Amino acid sequence: MQTLGLAPWLVGLPLAGAAVLLLGGRRTDRWGHWLGVLASTAAFAVGLVLLADVLRLPADERVAVHSLGTWLEVGTLQVDAAFRVDPLSLTFVLLVTFVGTLIHLYSVAYMAHDVDRRRFFAYLNLFVAAMLLLVLADSYLLLFVGWEGVGVASFLLIGFWDHRRENAVAGKKAFVMNRVGDMGLIVAMMLMLWQVGSLSFGDVLGAAGGMSTGVATAIGLMLLLAACGKSAQFPLQAWLGDAMAGPTPVSALIHAATMVTAGVYLLVRSAPVLEAAPTAQLVVAVVGAVTLLFGAVVGCAKDDIKKALAASTMSQIGYMMLAAGLGPIGYAFAIFHLVTHGFFKAGLFLGAGSVMHAMDDSVDMRRFGGLGRALPVTAVTMGLGWLAILGVPPFSGYWSKDKIIEAAFVGEGWRPWVFGTVALVGAGITAFYMSRLFFMTFAGRRRWESEGEGARHPHEAPFLMRLPMIVLAVGSVALGGLLTLGGGFTTWLEPVVGHAEHHDPVLPVWLIITLTLVLVVLGAALAFRLYAVQQVPVEPPASNALVRAARRDLYQDPVNETLAMLPGQVATRTLVYADRTVVDSAFLRLASGVRRAGDGLRRSQNGYVRSYAATTLGGLLVVAAVVWALAY
Amino acid sequence: MPITNYLVLAGILFAIGATTVMLRRNAIVVFMGVELMLNATNLAFVTFARIHGDLTGQVLAFFVMVVAAAEVVVGLAIIVTIFRTRRSASVDDVNLLKG
Amino acid sequence: MTTSGGEAALFAVLAPLMVIAALGLLFARRAVHAAICVVFVMVSLAILYVANEAPFLGIVQVVVYTGAVMMLFLFVLMLVGVDAADSLTETIRGQRWIGVLLGAGLLAVLLGVITRATFPPAVGLEAANAATNPEGLAAVLFGDYVLAMEVVGVLLVTAALAGLVLTHRRRLGPRRTQRLQARERVAQMAVDPARRRPLTPLPAPGVYAQNNAMDTPALGPDGQPLEHSVPRVLRIRGQRRSPVAVLGAQETLVQRIAPEDVPAEGAREVPGAGADSTEGETR
Repeated sequence: MQTLGLAPWLVGLPLAGAAVLLLGGRRTDRWGHWLGVLASTAAFAVGLVLLADVLRLPADERVAVHSLGTWLEVGTLQVDAAFRVDPLSLTFVLLVTFVGTLIHLYSVAYMAHDVDRRRFFAYLNLFVAAMLLLVLADSYLLLFVGWEGVGVASFLLIGFWDHRRENAVAGKKAFVMNRVGDMGLIVAMMLMLWQVGSLSFGDVLGAAGGMSTGVATAIGLMLLLAACGKSAQFPLQAWLGDAMAGPTPVSALIHAATMVTAGVYLLVRSAPVLEAAPTAQLVVAVVGAVTLLFGAVVGCAKDDIKKALAASTMSQIGYMMLAAGLGPIGYAFAIFHLVTHGFFKAGLFLGAGSVMHAMDDSVDMRRFGGLGRALPVTAVTMGLGWLAILGVPPFSGYWSKDKIIEAAFVGEGWRPWVFGTVALVGAGITAFYMSRLFFMTFAGRRRWESEGEGARHPHEAPFLMRLPMIVLAVGSVALGGLLTLGGGFTTWLEPVVGHAEHHDPVLPVWLIITLTLVLVVLGAALAFRLYAVQQVPVEPPASNALVRAARRDLYQDPVNETLAMLPGQVATRTLVYADRTVVDSAFLRLASGVRRAGDGLRRSQNGYVRSYAATTLGGLLVVAAVVWALAY
Repeated sequence: MPITNYLVLAGILFAIGATTVMLRRNAIVVFMGVELMLNATNLAFVTFARIHGDLTGQVLAFFVMVVAAAEVVVGLAIIVTIFRTRRSASVDDVNLLKG
Repeated sequence: MTTSGGEAALFAVLAPLMVIAALGLLFARRAVHAAICVVFVMVSLAILYVANEAPFLGIVQVVVYTGAVMMLFLFVLMLVGVDAADSLTETIRGQRWIGVLLGAGLLAVLLGVITRATFPPAVGLEAANAATNPEGLAAVLFGDYVLAMEVVGVLLVTAALAGLVLTHRRRLGPRRTQRLQARERVAQMAVDPARRRPLTPLPAPGVYAQNNAMDTPALGPDGQPLEHSVPRVLRIRGQRRSPVAVLGAQETLVQRIAPEDVPAEGAREVPGAGADSTEGETR
């Protein structure tokens, strides 16, 4: 591959952009955002060049590693600063840089009135650089650098408006929960070092087949823990909803399209390890299925447009995890859904940003309604994204999600029935809550004031914001179909994830498709009836226990606090108490004893030279007497 | 008369000098007590020189004298300085350095 | 080697006297008396040195200690106040008993050691002093102890400097020259006649008075006592004789002389003529 040497530039360009913007300070305020856009666009261009180069090669030569030399060498461990360019990483590179560039453009307008716009772009560039490092790395250690880098960027961007306390708290929460996941990755790397003695993908994945099942399971579960943290999967899902405190472009780029899918990337990349550990694989699928339902249920009850979308993201990533847990038949579809989801979810988020822009940053859907007429472009682009996520043919989501549902029905024993049913039901619920979101926002009677105090004057966003929305909407419509043509995407990924044997689902394919579509239509129709035809109350009505639970994220925070925080607090308080009563008091008593002794001895220092002379003479006498006594 | 009588005399003078240092408050008198102790030591040195037939004892006594002279210069200068500022030559008045 | 009979007699006479003199240092109320006692002890020590075959040290003892050190002590005593009797009441609680006990203890230990110790037979210094005592000393001093000798020299120079530095008084204002003082004195006459001092030298005390002691004020031509004729130190100490007492004692003389005091008028002009003429002009 002639252009392989360009790979480091993918990371270097956005990183240089971030460095210039962060170190340049206020001097770069005037043109900083355009520099950010330029860095991202340049990275995209480099990605395109690499893609063109790779496409010219035969399938079995498409995996290439470009090493910059030894990064660190400790004993027998040697880690190269190497970049891996293959169909999987290129897919991510193009997704990240393309969507990233669009969102950079969008942010130019969205953040136009923010005094810290330059800093925002610096963080965005930093994120793009870290994300590209994550997907291009050829070893788990280098991947970990990118992994932490996106974590930092995510933390900085969630808390971007940190003058509001809850934003800072949300950033901290995301960071801490991510750290829990990071521990998984660190432990996994330790296990690899112990078993394989290397951290590069080639060595570890090549040795996966020879590992004992126990070790493979341990590594797989640890990788899953890492993926759960980064991708907001059950049980580390609680941070994603709060992460919506960040600016909306951030939610679109980091917490919908790219960073949160890094967990899926990690699992698909580590596929050989998972295949060597069926238990871990099953756990991955279960986690995916649980999160899928969890997110869907939460999404049904959220009135905050961004939080509803966040719940939906969680649920869709649950689909991807489920697919990744299904084995070879699922990998390609997991990545496929990841790509299409990246497009339509980013589009939906940008649409939500546009709505917020129009509604003075209000996010309460109960106070939207009837916005379709005021915001036609937003309504149309979001509508296309809505149809895509619903999985309505021929929109993007249909091609990817339907394949996952089909794959979930493949297998033996109870698994296909459970996973298939969950995926199927999840599709129905998805249809309901996404339709609810769409109808509450754009259809029905308007529930906002047009005059008087608190009046809203919805207006379409500027062109710079509309353009990315339109491009992403086009992607939501066509991307799925385009990539499916002739099994194109699956074939493209084959050099990495291997060829998937065709298996027949336990139900006929036509039945699955029909069932899915029926459920989707039912869900959408129910939402239409409840939120478009009927009146939507401005205040959330009292409801049954499930809705109340869903409104509170199925009690994820209380559970976390009880299970994780409370024992720690109790232990800490006990230790503090013990420290105070035992250790401290011992030292305090010792100190006061010394002080009292000092007070007593102080009296002997009376300042009179004659007293001192007497003391000296007394000492001399004692010494002389002792010497004398010893001499005789 | 045994030569050690000189040593006895030196011991008595030394003890009287030490007692003076402890009991008198006039700085100059205290200082004279110190001088008396030094002289008692010198007497002992000279006597030991005679007992051992070695002049080193006398040399040491000579050194003691020189050092005592230097000490007197500095000590009396200090006393004069203190008297100038405090109008007092009592060692008990200089007791600020206490616990 | 035992001592000669003459030496024993010398010791028998001197030693008790020295102890008594040393006790004088301990008990004398006045510092001057204590100093005299110490001088006696030191001179006696010089004699004992000579008796102990150390003639050079004996001489040095007289020159350095009695001649220099003790005189320095007396100078300082005069400077500090020769008459300030030292109160013997103890202020630090228990110090007297502690001091006495420790002194007695020290005496006991020292005497105990000296009497119990076994000394070799005394050698005597005939051999060492063969070529006179100072020469023998010099051989040891500049032979074995030459380095110590030089260090002690440095010490002496340092001590001399220290004495200079410690007693040096820093000048706080500009130097008061003679010209300045003269100007001030004249200026003072103009500003405050009440506190004026004559420009001429002060009258000597006791002039025209009954006696000519330093504490008796001189009498002016008018028979009035002149306060400023008594030295300032005596006035400040309150040791001047009261003018009333003086007048009372000399009333007859004053009264007899005063009325037809033609020579007194002239006599007054002698010490105070300049002052009076200046006064006249300024008034």
